[in-house]
Amino acid sequence: MTQPTEELSIIGKSLIKPDAFSKVSGQTKFADDLALPRMIYGRLLRSPHPHARILHVDTARAKAHPGVLAVLSGDDLPIKFGILPVSQDEEALAGEKVRYVGDPIAAVAATDEWVADEALDLIDVQFQPLPALMSIEEAINSEGEPIHAKGNVHKTVALEFGDTDEAMRAAAHVREDTVFFEGNTHLPMEQHAALAQVAADGKLTLWTSSQTPHYVHRALGKVLEMPMSRIRVIATPNGGGFGGKSDIFSHELVAAKLALVTGRPVKITLTREEVFYAHRGRHPVLMKVKTGFLKDGRITAMQFQSFLDGGGYGSYGVASTYYTGALQATTYAIPRYRFEGVRLFTNKPPCGPKRGHGTPQPRFALETHLDKVAEELGIDPVELRRRNLPKADSRTVNWLRITSIGLGECINKVVEGSGFLTRRTSMPKGRGLGFAVSSYLSGAGTAIYWNEMPHSEVQLKLDRNGGVSLLCGAIDIGQGSDHILAAIVAEVLGVSLQDIQLTTADTDLTPIDLGSYSSRVTFMAGNAAKAAAEKVRDRLFAVAAKALQCDADDLIARDHRIARRGRPADGMDFAQAVQLAEAQGGGVTGTGSYTPPKLAGPYKGSGVGPSPAYSYSAAVVEVDCDRKTGEVRVPEVWIAHDIGRSINPMLVVGQVEGSVYMALGEALMEEQAFRLGLHKFPSLLEYKSPTALETPIMHTYLVETIDREGPFGAKEAGQGPLLPVIPAVANAIYNALGVRIDEVPITPEKVLKAMHDKTKRVGPKSVPAFEFPPLIKADVPDEWKGK
Amino acid sequence: MLRLPRLRYLRPRSVAEASEMAASNPGSMFIAGGTDLVPNLKRRQFDVSTLISLNALPNGTAVVGDAKRGLEIRAGATLDELAPHPALDGPYRALAQACGLVSTPQVRVMGTLGGNLLVDPRCNYYNQTYSWRKAVGFCMKKDGQICLVARSSPRCWAVSSSDSAPVAVALNAQVTLHGVEGTRTIPAASLYKDDGIDYTTKRRDEVITAMHLPAVSGRMTSAYWKLRRRPSFDFPILGVAIAITWDEGVVRHARGALGAVGSHPVDITPYLAPLTGARPGEDLIVGVAEAADKPSRPLDNTDLSHYWRKRMTKVYIERALREACGLPPLEGRLSAQVKAGAS
Repeated sequence: MTQPTEELSIIGKSLIKPDAFSKVSGQTKFADDLALPRMIYGRLLRSPHPHARILHVDTARAKAHPGVLAVLSGDDLPIKFGILPVSQDEEALAGEKVRYVGDPIAAVAATDEWVADEALDLIDVQFQPLPALMSIEEAINSEGEPIHAKGNVHKTVALEFGDTDEAMRAAAHVREDTVFFEGNTHLPMEQHAALAQVAADGKLTLWTSSQTPHYVHRALGKVLEMPMSRIRVIATPNGGGFGGKSDIFSHELVAAKLALVTGRPVKITLTREEVFYAHRGRHPVLMKVKTGFLKDGRITAMQFQSFLDGGGYGSYGVASTYYTGALQATTYAIPRYRFEGVRLFTNKPPCGPKRGHGTPQPRFALETHLDKVAEELGIDPVELRRRNLPKADSRTVNWLRITSIGLGECINKVVEGSGFLTRRTSMPKGRGLGFAVSSYLSGAGTAIYWNEMPHSEVQLKLDRNGGVSLLCGAIDIGQGSDHILAAIVAEVLGVSLQDIQLTTADTDLTPIDLGSYSSRVTFMAGNAAKAAAEKVRDRLFAVAAKALQCDADDLIARDHRIARRGRPADGMDFAQAVQLAEAQGGGVTGTGSYTPPKLAGPYKGSGVGPSPAYSYSAAVVEVDCDRKTGEVRVPEVWIAHDIGRSINPMLVVGQVEGSVYMALGEALMEEQAFRLGLHKFPSLLEYKSPTALETPIMHTYLVETIDREGPFGAKEAGQGPLLPVIPAVANAIYNALGVRIDEVPITPEKVLKAMHDKTKRVGPKSVPAFEFPPLIKADVPDEWKGK
Repeated sequence: MLRLPRLRYLRPRSVAEASEMAASNPGSMFIAGGTDLVPNLKRRQFDVSTLISLNALPNGTAVVGDAKRGLEIRAGATLDELAPHPALDGPYRALAQACGLVSTPQVRVMGTLGGNLLVDPRCNYYNQTYSWRKAVGFCMKKDGQICLVARSSPRCWAVSSSDSAPVAVALNAQVTLHGVEGTRTIPAASLYKDDGIDYTTKRRDEVITAMHLPAVSGRMTSAYWKLRRRPSFDFPILGVAIAITWDEGVVRHARGALGAVGSHPVDITPYLAPLTGARPGEDLIVGVAEAADKPSRPLDNTDLSHYWRKRMTKVYIERALREACGLPPLEGRLSAQVKAGAS
């Protein structure tokens, strides 16, 4: 039973989140702030070679160094792991081979960091260097030793929904574009850190700055060969994650092993440079998109190809590959669709999920492509999008179920707010406006490892005095998930936020939540919290109804009271109801859980892409270009986001603005560049990311569609709003200067080069020759049959 | 985190004591604000056993004098003190601009003029951690044999990355150095050598105590334009400093220097000679800028490409000249805005 909006007292209000005061006053303990008695320090020796065989590791001199308590190498942690069951290809310390500069080889634990550093220099490693493969092309064409035994091709996908070739032949207009999106990294302010302690009884506890403590828990069990019941993982508040802390990292496993070996607490905090090597960031992706249209601009078919530069290991790469082809059809009604994708291993730090996981790259391709098509067809770029919007309560041709969709309204908001249609044709010299739209998941519909269990669970325990203990495995990564859980429970029980005591992300204490990734926590943990609160509330209502001699359906919980609807005096205090319930039936507790509906389509590979709901965004970006230097500044951005319902509008706006900021960095500056096999500049100074000075005026419009399956109608906010901004920048530059930069980041030198080139374009010319596997020709949903 | 090497820290109370400490402690370095030195030490870019702090030296007034008599600026004055200093608001404005454009507000509060004049030349093969440099095979500037930017080069091509250095050259400044053998005052230009390693004529035991800006007869204008990716904290990847003296609207003499396109501030004064005797208009400025980028020789060892930086040299010379000549900014609204925002 969902309350009508006018009755909500906490949901929809911009309240201060529960962790705000401890964050701003510096009281929050991040992983590196933790210190335990007798604690020692761990450090990792990392590969200086991008690709090499390890012939021998001699740790004798390091072990003998005064102050060193333990030295580990590959032989000490031989069991392979990986975040995905299909990609168990990593070792905590490389045994036979290194695959990128920064790949961990050995580890030391010492009484302080100076001694640990000295000891690293005393470890002798003999390598046999191998040719480094530093690009998609090199990985495809290499005839030398592959990076992994099975070859440099990590994953291929080839799917077709309807006959796209036939549709292309019949189309009134067909366009093909090739674009490239360079890789970039998350750059969280807090470096990764982990602290491990072994209790006298042998039980291991690991505190770690992780978005996915449950998966870390599983990996520790596997690699250390310990029962999970003998391991406790506590995720510490994340000082930024953005996807970069959702994998399992060498330093977590090594800290645990060093604590087991030495019997002392061991802390490892990565340096900033090491964070660049841990990476798991945005994949560089080379893409080719070909679309057929009717004369009126409606899409008849699309063929999309992705080449992903995966780096040295699998990580989330299989999912990333699918994601580059999954969400094209949730944004546009595409009657026939073909997707071919391949992920290559290269000798770079492994790529993985970064805000928007696998979808900003194809979004950049698609939205710049449509901008070009609009011009060719003589249709306004906004109108072209409007003619291709999918419908609410529909299935896409690749079987993704759409529930609510507010994209049309998002488009209206930004177009009106920016004056796009009137201003675009009369911008002053060097100025331009660009437009783009997008969609994103509210949580992945399938778990990372196959199982039938819920994706999220929440336990509540009510105190006799009316306090509420809320336990959930979810970890707040700064996005405000703690607030979301507390707000939902407080709303249902009619208490205030301050009455909720949160315990989160502690595998000993909290029930499962799969992690803070794929924009899933509000939707999934939020639904679990709501279910738990409703169970408890129903029990309180039952005892209160009896005492008040009324029907339980007639009661509402609000303002710390359980009372008859419209008659607040006719009721009892919340604490009184708890006491009554406890007296009658024992402790007042409740558990709620959430399992997404089974949404996968009837084809292999259908597990990546389904989500219980999709968010939608639209953006208009204004640029100011210096025509002599090619520099691009963004003075203003208009962005609208279909949030379903804002549980806390201030937090939603914060997520939207943060996404815009991050998107502008990717659009204009950020890149993982390599030279001589090394990351060119693994530092906060030289890896260029925007600052407050580069951050534009932002106009944020929240569109509420009250999704029928989201908690109180909510959908995601953390990732989707990043997506339209990057292509909107590129489209705005075209509007300003008449040049197409089909390659991210759009640096001043590229802009200037395009301005002086007769093609007025900078970007890739073709994709490499690669033989994709035969297409899996999937059945299409009924609504698309014969279209 | 990265740790500093184990060090001895000395805190002299006078310049004389500082010089003596430097002379008697081989392997020591002076530290003033430390904003550049400390991160470099964490990356083991120097082998240092002792740091000699200059922060307990007697504090005088930051700036003494005026345009008629010339200025004396204490080398220990912070960039944050100098950027808004009224004495630098007139003819010497380029220096205030340069100080205000160094890095971030936090760094400018700590960083000193003397420290900025002597910023260790930078290179993105060199300003890296020990393990990174080890992986790449080290370069001649530290721990290695060759220059990784120009492999056959017998010399180091690290880039002079000071904002105040080209301004000091353009303003024809002098610097006073104090050492165990006494005090000497030399032109700013001769403080520098065109070598990424051996980049200064300052002796180990010498401390820069002051910068002197010459007296101005008549009218002088100056300007500093800085190119970098982010106007909030990046080092320059090109700097253009211009100083022009005038006789009733006619250029008496124009001086100029480029920063961050070589291992020392590059004097472009000879290329500005066509301005002398002229009332510079747009066309003359364009013509001068076209030619004056000749000594700009950026290499591929900073942010953005050296081709682009070379190309930007004439654009920025033109913009700096326009500002010094009082012409309105061009369509380069973007950079003008960024500059205004920062100063």
